[in-house]
Amino acid sequence: MLEVKDLVVAYGRVQAVKGISFTVEQGQIVSLLGTNGAGKTTTLRTISGLLKPVSGEIWFEGERLDGVPAHQIVTRGIAHSPEGRRLFPRMSVEDNLLLGAFTRRDAAGVRQDLDRVYGLFTVLGERRNQAAGLFSGGEQQMLAIGRAMMSRPRLLMLDEPSMGLSPIMTQTIMRTIADLQAEGTTILLVEQNAQAALQLSDRGYVLEVGAITFSDTGAALLEDDRVKRTYLGVDL
Amino acid sequence: MDLFLQQLVNGLSLGALYALIAVGYTVVYGIVQLINFAHGEIFMVGAFGAYTTWMLMGAPASLSVGIALGVVLPAMLLGGIVTSVTVALLMERLAYRPLRSAPRLAPLISAIGISIALQEAVRLFYGRIPGFPDSRRAIPFPVIEGITGRTVQFGGLTIQYSALFTLGALAVCTVLLWWFVNKTRMGRAMQATSQDADTSRLMGINVDRAIATAFAVGAALAAVAGLAHGLRYNNIDPLMGFLSGLKAFTAAVLGGIGNINGAVVGGLTLGVVEAMATTFIPGQFGSSAWKDVWAFVLLILVLVFRPQGLLGAKVVDRA
Ligand SMILES: Nc1ncnc2c1ncn2[C@@H]1O[C@H](COP(=O)(O)OP(=O)(O)OP(=O)(O)O)[C@@H](O)[C@H]1O
Ligand SMILES: [Mg+2]
Repeated sequence: MLEVKDLVVAYGRVQAVKGISFTVEQGQIVSLLGTNGAGKTTTLRTISGLLKPVSGEIWFEGERLDGVPAHQIVTRGIAHSPEGRRLFPRMSVEDNLLLGAFTRRDAAGVRQDLDRVYGLFTVLGERRNQAAGLFSGGEQQMLAIGRAMMSRPRLLMLDEPSMGLSPIMTQTIMRTIADLQAEGTTILLVEQNAQAALQLSDRGYVLEVGAITFSDTGAALLEDDRVKRTYLGVDL
Repeated sequence: MDLFLQQLVNGLSLGALYALIAVGYTVVYGIVQLINFAHGEIFMVGAFGAYTTWMLMGAPASLSVGIALGVVLPAMLLGGIVTSVTVALLMERLAYRPLRSAPRLAPLISAIGISIALQEAVRLFYGRIPGFPDSRRAIPFPVIEGITGRTVQFGGLTIQYSALFTLGALAVCTVLLWWFVNKTRMGRAMQATSQDADTSRLMGINVDRAIATAFAVGAALAAVAGLAHGLRYNNIDPLMGFLSGLKAFTAAVLGGIGNINGAVVGGLTLGVVEAMATTFIPGQFGSSAWKDVWAFVLLILVLVFRPQGLLGAKVVDRA
């Protein structure tokens, strides 16, 4: 469904992503793991068109994606919940969600999806008219995920969705991700909480200073010594 | 008391002119955090666009009120708007967009360059068009039957029709703008862009188009002001954008830069302060030569005591 080939991305002269390749199959949850500064966010922002690659190719559903302007990516079926939430702070919860559906014209479907997000995250429904900037970090994270769901993406990219969330809320988010997969949404997940991410993932890629060092199924990575040491904090 | 009310009316109508221009500074600042110092010239070319339209219609004079107000004035308004919007869009595309990720000083210098280029282009070349008046001096603005020179008496007050036109135009423009920003897709796109451009792209918003629209909206209102200025002062000149632009910028900061309502309130306040200063400050300090000084004194006071402006910056989402 998504295929990234030899992708190189640089900030000025500094390469942040140094020729990575990976694939995400239809219906899968795929995780990108890596320490701080490994290039995970850079990779997602490049897929979304916010950054232009130096070289390499991105293919999605048989079409070339690199070179497509960022504002057309969402209509191709990809939504991106960015790192650090990036809500529109002075707009209400509902307006934020409606912006997630900006490119959609089916008012009834949008209404339905609003109710679905409010059902999933009840606090958002209860305070739908309050400015997003007034919410707690965890509540804002729910809104960011809800907003990304509002375009009914076929591929949902989540950059650290559990950041700043309590363990119970992290569980809710992870369950939501599993539910979305069950409904047919493909998910590309970047997570610091490697344990939670790998338990859900069909596949994981480990990124180190801009290069993919190894990859395997989620279950296998959970048992991998290198992953245990670096990402699961297990003292071996 | 009558004098006070009279000056209040005069001040409000002068302020309405400032407000129409001020909206352009504020809308553009709200979305790209750029002070478009060439905006005064967008106002100026709007006035010249209206004048040109009148010339192209054969410089019609001594018309019936119905034709003057029903045909000539709307045509001039349209011509002014088309001119201002075209120049503003070209300016955005050629002078600002390439500098969007440059250090802030670069677009500022670009703006000053554009401003001088537009002034001089009109000053030196407009009058060269065969049949057009010498633009190195002020050009008399067309007489519009039914407005020019007409006044209405109201409870001891004398009000120029041109002042009513300006106030009416401000009212209509404010309502239209409110509707546009809050009720249309493009308006929402502009608000989103002003808060977070990259994330707006992720939502599917064409940010370049939203920014160009902000320039166009500001230019359209400036053109309305250009026509109102011609009707009020009965002449236009290539340098008219400088002081009016500076005043309108002051008004925008006064109201809270980035805040549309603030631009309107700031413009009206500035107009009233100028009108009152020339009437109620005794001696030479109340002379019209000093009214600009009082306008800028007000700006300094606001910047010192309420730097976010009267209504606070960035309330209507900076757009
Ligand atoms: N705007 C930028 N300008 C210059 N360098 C940048 C920029 N953004 C990121 N980098 C650099 O690129 C590299 C990859 O950063 P990136 O944000 O993609 O990492 P990440 O894997 O998402 O890290 P984290 O887990 O901390 O979010 C880092 O070395 C970072 O310092
Ligand atoms: Mg990151």
